[in-house]
Amino acid sequence: MSADFTRAFDMALRGGPLPPGLIAPDLSEVARRFDVYRNNVAVSLSTALAARFPVIERLVGQAFFAAMARVYAEQDRPNSPVLHEWGQGFAAFLAAFPPLASYPYMADVARIEYARGCAYHAADGTPADPARFATANPATVRLVLHASVILLPLDYPAVTIWQANQPATVAPPLQQVTLQPETALIYRDRSFQVPVMAVSPADATFVSALQAHETLADAAAHALAYDAGYDPTPLLLRLMQAGLFLEPESC
Amino acid sequence: MQKLPPAPGVGFKPAHFAALMASPGDIAFLEVHAENYMGAGGQPHAQLSALRARYALSIHGVGLSIGGSSPLDNAHLQRLRILCDRYQPESFSEHLAWSSHGGAYLNDLLPLPYTEETLARVVAHVDQVQEYLGRRMLLENPSTYVAFAQSTIPETAFLAEIARRSGCGLLLDVNNVFVSATNHRTNAASYLADFPLHHVAEVHLGGHATEDLPSGPLLIDAHGTPVADPVWALYADVIARTGPLPTLIEWDNDLPEWPVLAAEAARAHTILARQGAVLAHVC
Repeated sequence: MSADFTRAFDMALRGGPLPPGLIAPDLSEVARRFDVYRNNVAVSLSTALAARFPVIERLVGQAFFAAMARVYAEQDRPNSPVLHEWGQGFAAFLAAFPPLASYPYMADVARIEYARGCAYHAADGTPADPARFATANPATVRLVLHASVILLPLDYPAVTIWQANQPATVAPPLQQVTLQPETALIYRDRSFQVPVMAVSPADATFVSALQAHETLADAAAHALAYDAGYDPTPLLLRLMQAGLFLEPESC
Repeated sequence: MQKLPPAPGVGFKPAHFAALMASPGDIAFLEVHAENYMGAGGQPHAQLSALRARYALSIHGVGLSIGGSSPLDNAHLQRLRILCDRYQPESFSEHLAWSSHGGAYLNDLLPLPYTEETLARVVAHVDQVQEYLGRRMLLENPSTYVAFAQSTIPETAFLAEIARRSGCGLLLDVNNVFVSATNHRTNAASYLADFPLHHVAEVHLGGHATEDLPSGPLLIDAHGTPVADPVWALYADVIARTGPLPTLIEWDNDLPEWPVLAAEAARAHTILARQGAVLAHVC
């Protein structure tokens, strides 16, 4: 089998003419039989994409999503068999997809869904003993955050839209959504759940400083510049309960 | 290296994690698709680690493209080695098929012509995998919907020669045999009569779907239904010839509740136990 054969087969899967040499007991049925492969490729990729972007599928509907997935799979073909890594370009694709021009928030929702997948599969780490924090000096301690912690600035209220479109929820009327930017905080907790929450600019600044390995005192000082009354305690407790501060040696 | 036990196994799905942790029942081993465990961490590895402590394990790749014209993907080989090193599975298997071209992954098991040229390439690929992973692998017979005018070697002889030259074992998918024989209007029993059964180290059983063509049925290897009765009959014939073999029930789509899958495994167990008793009697 030459590379030419593979290329011809691949082109045929994507709508080109049938590759040479195909046979079947009834030659008139060759095209119908080849369609099994065409269908397998298109449906399996669409299914993989839908598993990765369930809220986008819910927002646009199954039929629209399946048709759109075929277009996307042609423009941004998977480059590895590890399909949970596929779809990094989906948000940019949605932003430029003409039929969705009236729905500019779609790309931000896709960014959240892609980030959730990354958090779900992120490397494990051993949570630090909470007793360590009781005696820590904020001026010197540098916290090690779990690899699943992702901070995502968004142009649209995509966290609100994502939360309203979970399987068990009924989406609120659109006029109740204020069209303002949000920042998403995404992580994987101890029971492997991956919540998505909108955080304040001060919280975002604080987490961002921790990710940059600044000291606890410096991170709080940056946040205070956004909000003079900022108290990092509720966020610190939430992250600690989720097991997201790691023993330094596990970083 | 340990071998898979000559007993029933199932393809692991996370929906069945609690049932499998609670009680193994007739299940002696689990099989997972390698590509689903190539993330860095999280729940997939936590579940697989917990199950690995209780069950024998088969890692079954679907993305290596061993039958392809391109060189094997080194990055993917490396991922497979990390996975095998981590879980030390009793078996690693892949398919006589291709799935990648020009750097793009097509996510299907695509057919190849059987010629001296493709035989040499597949053998070279199998050699490379076995050398890189430091272990013997199994290669699975495909289900196909078309054949190729270019082919000069019967599939059974092609597989036998791969096993002979590379030293790999074979994974006999009896459903694939039935699907391909039906689709090509040939005889599944004749195929199995020609199959090099002494190389078989694992059997797959799964369900298929049926479409109607003007010339007759076209079976699709869909893994979304129980194993069909004619496939069970072929399986019993195979086991009567080989003795008990590790036998996997594959059910990947329209996943049933656990008792339905467990009942399929129990049916395999009955056939294996009957043959085991016959062998014990003869010896």
